[in-house]
Amino acid sequence: MKPTAVGDVIGMSKQTSEIKCSVFPFGPQHPVLPEPIQLKFVVQEEKIIDVLPQIGYIHRGIEKAIELNDYRRNIYICERICGICNFQHGMAYSETIEKLTDTMVPLRAKYLRTIWAELTRLQSHLLWLGLFSEGVGFESLFMSIWKIRERVLELTERTGGHRIHLSTNAIGGVSKDMDEKLINHYYSELKALRKEMDTLAPVFYKDKAFRAKQEGKGILPKKDAVHLAAVGPTIRGSGIPQDMRSNFYEAYGMLDFQPITYDSEDVLGRTLVRFDEVYQSIDLMEEALKQMPEGPIQEKNTMFPEGVAIVRVEQPRGECFYYGVGNGTIHLERMRIRTPTIPNIPPLLHMLKGYEVSDIPAIVHSIDPCIACAERITYVDKEES
Amino acid sequence: MPKLLGKILSNLFSKPSTIQYPFENPGLVEGTRGELSFDMNICDQCQDCERLCPSGAISVDVDEKKIEWDPFKCIYCHLCVDNCMHKAITALDHVKSPDYKLRKKIFER
Repeated sequence: MKPTAVGDVIGMSKQTSEIKCSVFPFGPQHPVLPEPIQLKFVVQEEKIIDVLPQIGYIHRGIEKAIELNDYRRNIYICERICGICNFQHGMAYSETIEKLTDTMVPLRAKYLRTIWAELTRLQSHLLWLGLFSEGVGFESLFMSIWKIRERVLELTERTGGHRIHLSTNAIGGVSKDMDEKLINHYYSELKALRKEMDTLAPVFYKDKAFRAKQEGKGILPKKDAVHLAAVGPTIRGSGIPQDMRSNFYEAYGMLDFQPITYDSEDVLGRTLVRFDEVYQSIDLMEEALKQMPEGPIQEKNTMFPEGVAIVRVEQPRGECFYYGVGNGTIHLERMRIRTPTIPNIPPLLHMLKGYEVSDIPAIVHSIDPCIACAERITYVDKEES
Repeated sequence: MPKLLGKILSNLFSKPSTIQYPFENPGLVEGTRGELSFDMNICDQCQDCERLCPSGAISVDVDEKKIEWDPFKCIYCHLCVDNCMHKAITALDHVKSPDYKLRKKIFER
C-alpha cells in the first residue's frame, strides 16, 4: 500500500483529498468474494474513510436476450439470471406473462410455487450462513451448515430432477406435480432439517467469539436503511418489516406469515434474520403442504402478451422487480429486471465507512451480494479499449 | 463440558459424512433428469422438439430422417420428453458423462 494523494486518483472532494490516505482495491477476484465486484477502499491507517464500487465485470446482456427470444422459452433464461434464487426468477417471469395474457393460475399450482420458492430460500440462506461463517473464520461451522444443506439439495433433485435448478415453472402454473410419496418425504426431511438446525442454534445465539465479529459492526440505522432503499434481510435487520411476501402473492395470503425483524441494526441482526427465516421457511412449507388442495396444475394460455405488467417477489436477498411490456407478438417489447443486490449496494457503502479493514469480510457478506444477477449495464471507455 | 463430551462421542461413533468417490458411487436419486434417447422408429419428424428446445440443442433433418442432439447445449429441461406427441423421446436413468470433444449424438432410422 503506497500512500497517495487520493483526490487525484479517484476524483474526490478537496477536503478528503488533503488527508494522507492509502487506496487499495478489494476484488474483482478475492477469496472472500464469491463474485466479481471491485470495491476501492480509501483507508487511513486501518480505518475505512471512503469506498468506491465498480461493477460491470460479468454483464451478460440478459434483458436483450429475453427481448429477442420467443416469450415461451424465456423462463429458462430467467432461471439462469441467478442460480441460487432460480425458482423465484422463473416464478416472477411466469407471473409477468400471466398478467400480460390474463391467465388464471390454478390454486394447487399457487401452493406448489409457494412451497418450492421457500425450498429455494432455504438452500440460499443455508449457503449464505455457511459462506458467512467461513468469512468470519468458522470453518467447521461452514461444513456443518453445508452438510445440512445437502438435504435441501436432495429434495430439490427429487422434485425437479436437478440439484439446484428446479425448472418446474411454466406459464399458467407449474410443469410438475408432487405425489403422496414425495409429500411424505418432504415432511420427514423438513423434520430432520429442523432438528439439525437446533444443534447449531446455540452458536448463532450464544457463542461469544462468533458474536464479537458481528456485534456493533456495519451499523445501518433505521432512517438510513429507508433513505438508501435497502431491501430484504438488510432492511429487516434494521427493524423495518419490509417483505414482499406481505403483499400476499401466490399462496402467501392463505398462510400464517409475519416478517422477521431485528432491531440491532448491525451485522448480527442481519445474520439472525436469515437464521430465523430458515425456521420460518420450514414452517411455511409444512403449512402449505397441509393446506394444498387437489386439482389441475396448469392453465393453458392462448393469447400473446399485450400491455404492461409489474411483478414484485421476495427473493432470499430481498425484493425482485419485473417489468414487462408486450405488443401482441411472440416477442416482448421490453423486459426490465431489478435484482435485490442493486438497491443493497448504496447501504453497503454507507455501512463500511468508519470501520476497520478486518471488519470488511463480515460487512460485505452481510448484504449477501450476488453480483452476477445485478449486472444490467456495463461501461466501456471508448478511448481506452 | 458434558455437552461437548456428547458431541465428541457422537462424532466418534457416527458414520463419516463423505464417501470415497471413485470406489463408492452415491447413485442418482429418483426423478433425476438424465440423458435423452430418440427412437427413430416411432418419430415422424414433426420438429416439435426442435421448436420447443430453449437452448437449440436438437436439430431434425426431415429429408434424411435424422436427429442431431447436442448434449453440451442441452439444459436437460425435458420439455421435449414431456411434449413429444408419439413419446419417441425417452429419458435414460443416467446423466451424460464428461467428454474431451464437443461431439453431437446422431440418431438415424
